[in-house]
Amino acid sequence: MPSPNTIASIALAICLAGVLWRICRWLRSPIGLESEGLSFGRRLGAALQACRKVLCSRRIFRMAAASLWETLLLGHLLQRHPWRWAAHMAVCYGFLALVVFHALDDWSAPLFFADYVPTRNPFLWLRNLMAAVVLAGLLVAVLRRRQAPLKIPRARGDRFLLLAVAVLVISGVVLESTQILSPVIFQEMVEDYMGADDPGDVAALQSYWAAEMGTLPPSHDTIVPEGVMAAGRELHESYCADCHSRPQAAFLSYPLSRLLKPAMIALRDHRVDLWLWRLHFWAACLALACLPFSKFFHLVATPFNLLARTAGPVAATPALQPMRRALALDACTHCGICSQHCSVAPIYRVIPNPTILPSEKLPAVKHDRMSPHSTNEVLAEGSFICTLCGRCTQWCPSGIDLQDLWQATRNDLAPGGRAPIPGRSAAAPLSSPVVTAPVSLGLSDRPETFWACVQCTTCTSVCPVVAASDDPRGDLDLTPQQIMNLMRLQLKDQALGCRMLWDCVTCYKCQEHCPQDVKVADILYELRNIAWQQGRSEGPANGRSV
Amino acid sequence: MQTAYLYFPGCKLTPFLPQYDRATRAVLRAFDIHLDDTELNCCGYPVRHRNLAAAMLAAARNLAMADRVGLPLLTPCQCCYGQLKQAAYWLGENSDLRIFVNHELAAEGLHWRPGIPVRHLLSVLVDDIGLAKIQKRIRRPLQTLPVAAHYGCHALRPGHVVQLDNPLAPTIFENLLSAAGGAPVAWPLRLECCGHAVRSQNPTLAAELMQRKCDDARAAGARLLVTACTYCQMQFTGIYETPYVSEGRGGDLPAVLVSQLLGWAMGLPDDQLGEEIKSLTALL
Repeated sequence: MPSPNTIASIALAICLAGVLWRICRWLRSPIGLESEGLSFGRRLGAALQACRKVLCSRRIFRMAAASLWETLLLGHLLQRHPWRWAAHMAVCYGFLALVVFHALDDWSAPLFFADYVPTRNPFLWLRNLMAAVVLAGLLVAVLRRRQAPLKIPRARGDRFLLLAVAVLVISGVVLESTQILSPVIFQEMVEDYMGADDPGDVAALQSYWAAEMGTLPPSHDTIVPEGVMAAGRELHESYCADCHSRPQAAFLSYPLSRLLKPAMIALRDHRVDLWLWRLHFWAACLALACLPFSKFFHLVATPFNLLARTAGPVAATPALQPMRRALALDACTHCGICSQHCSVAPIYRVIPNPTILPSEKLPAVKHDRMSPHSTNEVLAEGSFICTLCGRCTQWCPSGIDLQDLWQATRNDLAPGGRAPIPGRSAAAPLSSPVVTAPVSLGLSDRPETFWACVQCTTCTSVCPVVAASDDPRGDLDLTPQQIMNLMRLQLKDQALGCRMLWDCVTCYKCQEHCPQDVKVADILYELRNIAWQQGRSEGPANGRSV
Repeated sequence: MQTAYLYFPGCKLTPFLPQYDRATRAVLRAFDIHLDDTELNCCGYPVRHRNLAAAMLAAARNLAMADRVGLPLLTPCQCCYGQLKQAAYWLGENSDLRIFVNHELAAEGLHWRPGIPVRHLLSVLVDDIGLAKIQKRIRRPLQTLPVAAHYGCHALRPGHVVQLDNPLAPTIFENLLSAAGGAPVAWPLRLECCGHAVRSQNPTLAAELMQRKCDDARAAGARLLVTACTYCQMQFTGIYETPYVSEGRGGDLPAVLVSQLLGWAMGLPDDQLGEEIKSLTALL
């Protein structure tokens, strides 16, 4: 078995290598048109140059102020979401304090405290306080998630982060409570610090510790004479008190140790504390090694992203944009605030494609490893339902320019930023569930809709799309009046692929001018809806034409 | 008494035409109109050609929110206006749709009912405020500048659904421009589409439709195009949602938004009105 130090060093090495790998990915990910023809070296050069420009400008002071307010204090989050802020600060800073002052106490303690002993107050109390703060923060985070008005799909990464922190903190508290109880540790300490030469002294000390320090008594029903107790106190004061405060100050682990006492009596000869220590230690090493590969990485990426935003135009040159986007993908914490304010969120209730929501579209972009020639039908649907209203960008607490990301990915999905339409693209069918909402108004299926049509061609005569064409038959396949005729003949499918359907500007002139009140434009809308619906359920209608 | 509306800017306004937002707010403020800024969602128009139910649910949610706030909706976008009116119409007509929408809205404690008022900016200016009151506020009359009122389709048709004005011979926009001292021209294509609706599917057609309108307005003597819709203005001034698009520019006739033109005539400061106002002042 390698030593704990070796294991921790390996975890740290994995962590550092992972961070380096992620940073290299920022310089390689090809998101957006700007990335074409930009080599790794040029992107690195542009990034270094931007850093140099920022460091040599007066902006550095503003950035320092911003990093204090936004990055360290999350001031912008406090103003808008005080509960989220409280939960985040509690988990983040509580946990950070435990890492620095408890996990790394060998290095940190000499820097800050002259007389650090982990089992003495205030350190004992502070450690419990930090654990309580983290656990309270986790509780608020979990409860708040349950109460969010829009239920956004949870990702595995979210649970991993919460779970990892919870396992570390809870295992630490349980470990401390078993250490308080452990008679084996007591014996070891007696041998190491007192020298166990007189069994009477040891028994006296043990009685005192059982009564005052919460250790398991040597046996259940011993009544300790008053004199022995006094001797025990004396021994305690000369050998133990320098390093041990009364554990009652550990307001989490001491009460827990009282609860665990019956179980620990049964397990008194087992080193439960050692098993818990291993769990605690391995969990910590695992969390450290996973940092660059999990949501923990936002600890690195989000502050970078917030800083890059404060840097302004210097950090927004075309050569830097692909890197900014890749960084933004890592900076997302999947907090879901964007989706709570998303303008098209109600549409997600009808079209169950999660990539309609910004908080889900971003991981999809990340997973798809966007490039200027991406073909991902699900993501394309979500991307083009987005109206680019920019509200997600306004609300993002990580300072991600989501608007830019959506514009860039749209372009990667459909060069020129043109929305794909069914029947014109060659792509795989969508696998998401079929819509349960009413699909159409049923206009095109009811003979009543058309039987008034006298084929007078008014709809075609007033149509601006027809008027703009020298050869309507060649440009549009069918004119509005011909489509109405197909409807009358119950040949709806014949009309679904025609170009008139997709070139219709929905100006409603046809419908307004129809002397017979045929809902021409509403029917064209309906036919497009049906074509989209077929595109979703059975793949696009390739080559369907009249 | 101060009049209040629930303001519905629509998705494109803030990111792509913030000047329309500023100018509209400034003009309405001058008439002591309060705008409530409760957060609303997409009107559903952009998804209408994909999925009817999604579009109707999105629109109905806004209507139900207006009902909850207790104010009439006011939108400066004609596509948003048309979609909100269409939703109210079809929800009244089609019980399947109504049941579905109200079932979905119930999850948020919302409910759609008929009769929730929706107003377009033009109706608020002309009908609610009134031309007489507007005329009194004009400080810089437009000196009979020949202007072309571009109506925009979705606020006008189908007439019995959207109820802005007579769909075949509307006058509301011209009346407003006259009140500001302009001389609206009669141009044959004034009720035609700007082309924005097909801009992503068929950019050539979109550009062609726009150019025909510009040519027609110029032939009728107009020197300036006035719009009252976010999408139409984006089309005429060549503003694209995706910065990478190279094809297509704006039209070759300058276009301003109704609130910019009116705000200028009312003597509001230029910084509340936006850049387009320069193309207006250049003509006077």
